[in-house]
Amino acid sequence: MPCAPILLEAYLLILISTVFVNNIVMAKILGLCPFMGVSRKLEAAIGMGLATTFVLTLASGASYLVSEYLLGTELFYLRTLSFIVVIAGIVQFTEMFIHKTSPVLYQVLGIYLPLITTNCAVLGIPLLNVQEQHGFVESLFFGAGGAIGFTMVLILFAGIRERLETCDVPTPFKGVSIAMVTAGLMSLAFMGFSGLVK
Amino acid sequence: MLAAIGVMIAIAVVVGVVLGWSAIRLKVEGNPLAEKIDAILPQTQCGQCGFPGCKPYATAIAKGEADINLCPPGGDEGVKKLAELLGVEAKPMDESHGQHKPKSVAFIDENICIGCTLCIQACPVDAIAGAAKQMHTIIASECTGCELCIAPCPVDCITMVPVTQDLPQWKWKYPRIPLIAMGTTIAPSPSGRGLG
Repeated sequence: MPCAPILLEAYLLILISTVFVNNIVMAKILGLCPFMGVSRKLEAAIGMGLATTFVLTLASGASYLVSEYLLGTELFYLRTLSFIVVIAGIVQFTEMFIHKTSPVLYQVLGIYLPLITTNCAVLGIPLLNVQEQHGFVESLFFGAGGAIGFTMVLILFAGIRERLETCDVPTPFKGVSIAMVTAGLMSLAFMGFSGLVK
Repeated sequence: MLAAIGVMIAIAVVVGVVLGWSAIRLKVEGNPLAEKIDAILPQTQCGQCGFPGCKPYATAIAKGEADINLCPPGGDEGVKKLAELLGVEAKPMDESHGQHKPKSVAFIDENICIGCTLCIQACPVDAIAGAAKQMHTIIASECTGCELCIAPCPVDCITMVPVTQDLPQWKWKYPRIPLIAMGTTIAPSPSGRGLG
């Protein structure tokens, strides 16, 4: 296996690229609903991040298999439709799994757990995978990297918002407004990573 | 066209089978959250919250039908713990369900007791020993201090005695640091060094 180190390097680059440079929330502006909705409390943000990571990695792999072996080039128009079905199934599975293993997390995530289905990041990453013609392992790394980036940004944002709770924010900026401003500033900060990897 | 329908049916069948299998494997029996809430409640079984006991109240909280601040024996401490478990904001006690009192146990004045057994029937935790026309007495270690036995007693021989602190129930006190709101000025200390 002479090409193993090169492959490993490529996977590492995909990870760095998706986590920092092309961060799904900060650079691609996908998945903003949970980003705003579940970032009030740090614990909920961590739980949501982990659940999304699980779903996104599975969904990337599964949708690669579906698009490669079931759809091929003829049925490409079924891509979005079939991806949604597969993602919905995986989210349902994740929901049952979390209900069984961590009832408190299940209660905390509440409505946001089934809403992972409509998280556009979860549909966006499999579609981007197809667009960029990734292989199976590349797809998995792309999905996991995107999810890790999402989780990281969500946790950072939740941390900032928890601190903002105790700050003396001017009345017109209270609540969602200051959260939006914070998200914008974070996005600016993440632009500093551009050029690190292609 | 046929291929498209076939592919979608195939995906639906596979997803359906996996979900059906995991629905059986990952079935949740009972309500694990209700049990965690029940462990926090003081188990006085006093019914002051409006539910027939601690377990029904815990089930109602888990279902989201009851508020977390209805338990007077648990007090603010209990509300805080429940809020932490459920990830919601703690709120002050609902005073309409009774006030938080220091833990006490019932005491039967044995000179007055006529042995009517009414208090035995009222006790939710079987902490009263006695029989018809025999003097009754309270098993102090079992009594939860719910006060349910006071009302039925025809001769008013039951009183609540606060539990004095002794070795078996002594606990470390939480360290308390006084909070000073931001913006208030603190008078400079006599040595001339302020607290910044």
